[in-house]
Amino acid sequence: MIHIFATQWPLLLEGLGRTLLCSIIALFFSLIIGSLFAIFEIMPNKIMRVIGNIYVEVFRNIPLLVITMFFFVVIPLYVTKINGFTAGTIGLTIYTSAFIAETVRSGIQSVDPGQMEGAMSNGLTFWQSMRYVVLPQAFKIVIPPLGNQFINLVKNSSVLAFVAGFDLMYQGNMIANNTLQTMPTFFVVGILYLVITMPLSYYMRYLEKKLA
Amino acid sequence: MQNFIDAYSWINIRYLLQGLWVTVEVSVASIILSYIFGTILGIIRYANIKYVSAIVGFIIDLIRNLPLLLIIFFTYFGLPNLGFKPAIIEAAILAMTVFESMMIAEIVRSGIVAVDSGQMEGALSNGLSYWQGLRIVILPQAMKNMIPALVSQFISLVKDTSLATIIVLPEMMYHAQIIYGQNTNYIIPMFIALAVLYFIVCYALSLLAKYLDKRMSYR
Repeated sequence: MIHIFATQWPLLLEGLGRTLLCSIIALFFSLIIGSLFAIFEIMPNKIMRVIGNIYVEVFRNIPLLVITMFFFVVIPLYVTKINGFTAGTIGLTIYTSAFIAETVRSGIQSVDPGQMEGAMSNGLTFWQSMRYVVLPQAFKIVIPPLGNQFINLVKNSSVLAFVAGFDLMYQGNMIANNTLQTMPTFFVVGILYLVITMPLSYYMRYLEKKLA
Repeated sequence: MQNFIDAYSWINIRYLLQGLWVTVEVSVASIILSYIFGTILGIIRYANIKYVSAIVGFIIDLIRNLPLLLIIFFTYFGLPNLGFKPAIIEAAILAMTVFESMMIAEIVRSGIVAVDSGQMEGALSNGLSYWQGLRIVILPQAMKNMIPALVSQFISLVKDTSLATIIVLPEMMYHAQIIYGQNTNYIIPMFIALAVLYFIVCYALSLLAKYLDKRMSYR
C-alpha cells in the first residue's frame, strides 16, 4: 500500500485534483441551476411549475451514467469535440442540479409564507423578494443537506472513470492494471476519497446537530 | 426518423429488455439483502452496545463515504487476490448489497432516533425488555417514518446498477452500448430508450412510495 503511494503519487494526486476540481465546478453550476428550478417549482405560474417538476423528476430518475455517456457520445458526433472531463462535469452538473432543486425547494417551503407576503406587500417583486428575503433564509436551512449533496457529488464524480476523465478512480484503475497490485491500489484510492468525504460528512452531522 | 424505426427493431428492443431484466434481478436481490442487513446494522448502531456499536458505526461511515464504483472494482478485481472469485453477477450483487446496507443502516438509525423517546420508556415501564420494546413498539413506528427515505435509496440503487457496466454485467446500459456501437445512427434512439426505461422503473417506485406514505398516514 505504502509502496503504491510512494511510487505512483503524482498520478494519484493529479487524479485527486481532477476529482476535486470537477466536483467544485459541478457544485457551483448545479447550485445555480438547481435554485433556479427550485424557484420554478414554487412559482405562481403553472407552466413554470410544470417545467420545474418535469426537469427534476426526469433527471432524478435517470442514472448519472446514462446522462454522462449521452454527453460523451452524442456531442462529439453532432456538435463539437469534447473531452471526458468536460462531458463528465456537464453530466454531473445536470444530475446534481435536480437533487439540489429538490433540496432547495423544501428549504424554501419551510420558510414561513408570511415572509414572502410581507416582502411582496412592501412593494418588492416576486424575484426581488425571493432574492432578498426568502432565499437567504432558505439557504441557512439547507446547508447540511447541501453538504451531503456535495459528498454525493464527490463520490459520483467517479463516473468520470467511464469517460476517460482522468479522475482519481480512473487513475486508480490504470495503476491497478499497470502494476497488477489491485488490492493495495484500491485501498489507496479509497483512503484518498475518504480524506475528502469523511471530514465533510462528520462536519455536516455536527452542523445538523447544532442547527436542530 | 428512419433511424428511429431501424433502431427500435424487435431484436434491439428485446436485447434491451433482456438487459432490463438483469437490472431488475440485481436490484431486487440487492434490495432484499441490503434491507435485511441494513436494518440489523442500523439497530446495532442505535443500540449502544459497548464497543460493537462504535465499531459498526465507524465501518458504516467508512463505506458510506466511498464511491460505489470503487466498491464494485474492489469486489470484482480485488477479491480474487484474496482467493475468492465471484461471478460477475455475484460481484455486482455483493457490491450493491455492501454499499446499500450501509446507506440503509443510516436511514434506519435516524428513523429510530426520530421516534419519541417516551415510547421506549412506556414500553420498558410496561414490563417489556429493551429488545422487545425495540421490536414491538419502536421499529413499527420507525419503519413508517422511514418509507420515503428508504424508497429513494432503492431508486438510487436501481440507477446505480448501471455502474456495473464496468465489470461487463450484461445489464441495460451495457446492452445499449453494444447496440449503438454497431451503428452510430442508433446512438440517440438508444439513449432515449434507456432514459425512458430507467425513468419508468424509477418513477414507478417513487409513485409506490407516495402511495405507501399516504396509506400509512391515514392510520
